[in-house]
Amino acid sequence: MGKVFIKPDRWKMYYRQTFREIESLGLNSIGIVIIISIFMGAVITLQTRYNLENPLIPLYLIGLTARDTMLLEFSSTIVGLILAGKVGSNIASEIGHMRITEQIDALEVMGVNSAGYLILPKVTAAVLFNPLLTILSMFVGVFGGWLACISTGALTSTDYIYGIQYWFVPFYITYSVIKTIVFAIIITTVPAYFGYNVKGGALEVGHSSTRGVVTSSILILLFNVILTQLLLAK
Amino acid sequence: MIVAEKISKYFNGERVLHDISVSFEPGKTNLIIGKSGSGKTVLMKSIIGLHIVDNGKILYNDRNFLLMSPKEQRELRKEMGMLFQGSALFDSLTVEENIQFPLDMFSNMSDREKRERVNFCLKRVNLEKANKLFPGELSGGMQKRVAIARAIVLNPRYLFCDEPNSGLDPKTALVIDKLISDITHEYNITTIVNTHDMNSVMEIGEKVVFIHEGRKCWEGNNLQILNSKDEALNDFIFASDFAKRAKQNIDQTSS
Repeated sequence: MGKVFIKPDRWKMYYRQTFREIESLGLNSIGIVIIISIFMGAVITLQTRYNLENPLIPLYLIGLTARDTMLLEFSSTIVGLILAGKVGSNIASEIGHMRITEQIDALEVMGVNSAGYLILPKVTAAVLFNPLLTILSMFVGVFGGWLACISTGALTSTDYIYGIQYWFVPFYITYSVIKTIVFAIIITTVPAYFGYNVKGGALEVGHSSTRGVVTSSILILLFNVILTQLLLAK
Repeated sequence: MIVAEKISKYFNGERVLHDISVSFEPGKTNLIIGKSGSGKTVLMKSIIGLHIVDNGKILYNDRNFLLMSPKEQRELRKEMGMLFQGSALFDSLTVEENIQFPLDMFSNMSDREKRERVNFCLKRVNLEKANKLFPGELSGGMQKRVAIARAIVLNPRYLFCDEPNSGLDPKTALVIDKLISDITHEYNITTIVNTHDMNSVMEIGEKVVFIHEGRKCWEGNNLQILNSKDEALNDFIFASDFAKRAKQNIDQTSS
């Protein structure tokens, strides 16, 4: 993996590839992030509402709970896990296919640092774009909670909006973005490693894709614990 | 000129190349022939450096490839072009972008100069109107020609072709052979072709090296090969009953 993080052969090509990857890995993920976030925001809100039986607890706290759940955990970790599946399998199978069809050998014979050319733009694209997806997920999730409130009547719009503004801790966004950047590196490098080192045919490319997704998902969960302890412990 | 001296290569403790020494001359089509699994692709990939050899020397015009730093090896590879067995064109790029790729990476040409060079290479391989097509839209023979165009776009000193005729009909295979041979002579390139196609051997084999079970068994040219006394080589050349009968007829006629 050392070959990935050395100076690109040609900066112009690196920038071009990075923009292509932003489109392929980032822009093409906006749809799934919006769909999942909106439903998760709605479900979190409804579940909190229906489990809240103590009349002494003010209802606006449901909005606060939905907001903080999205900010602290859902928008970074769960979206990270979903992207590990979508983007990770895409990366492992694309690079694995290039390996078994000798396209990577072709790059090497030309004198191109194949690992750097193929993987570094993906890492850069994910590190730059995934935080935007996370922030988008936060907004959409909170909006999904509001939609659930007004469509089911579980909570008034006023209570929910008051709740999502109540006791806001800006550091939660920083914490979430830091986690997203670490997850972005995991989501791109781990499947790329499995794809790059695949040997055999289509079956092995499929296996490498599965291994890439499973390993990156486990690493995301592990780093979630480590980063939470490092960033939130007082 | 490319010289390989006493090359050995092991995979998982099993020796697949046994002290092979061979030289390949510029301006000639040098063929490595042998049965499937004989070690000819390993030999070619070892010469290029895609496999690291366990023993031996590889000299490119007296420059020892194995003693070069990775950066120096990458610089040397800019003098190489390679045609892979499956063409190895980049799926996501058009024909034009595939051929232009080495220029984008390593030349300082303007966009107009690059376009002209790409068109020149496409014309050279008789594929003038394929610029905007993707590899998936091309036939096997056309893919090979695009791969040749990409291989020669930077004016290489060394051209490597791994099974250029695999999957092609005999007529298209002849076209590809002729193209490789013409380009070799035209640009005085040191060309190495891996093949087990006897038509190629007879058509373009100015120098032929026969590899059998990881060993070099015979060396000569297409005029000498039919008269070889090497048993393994004769087994390879006259593998079919048809070829054996033809050989017997020739022997009877000449005696």
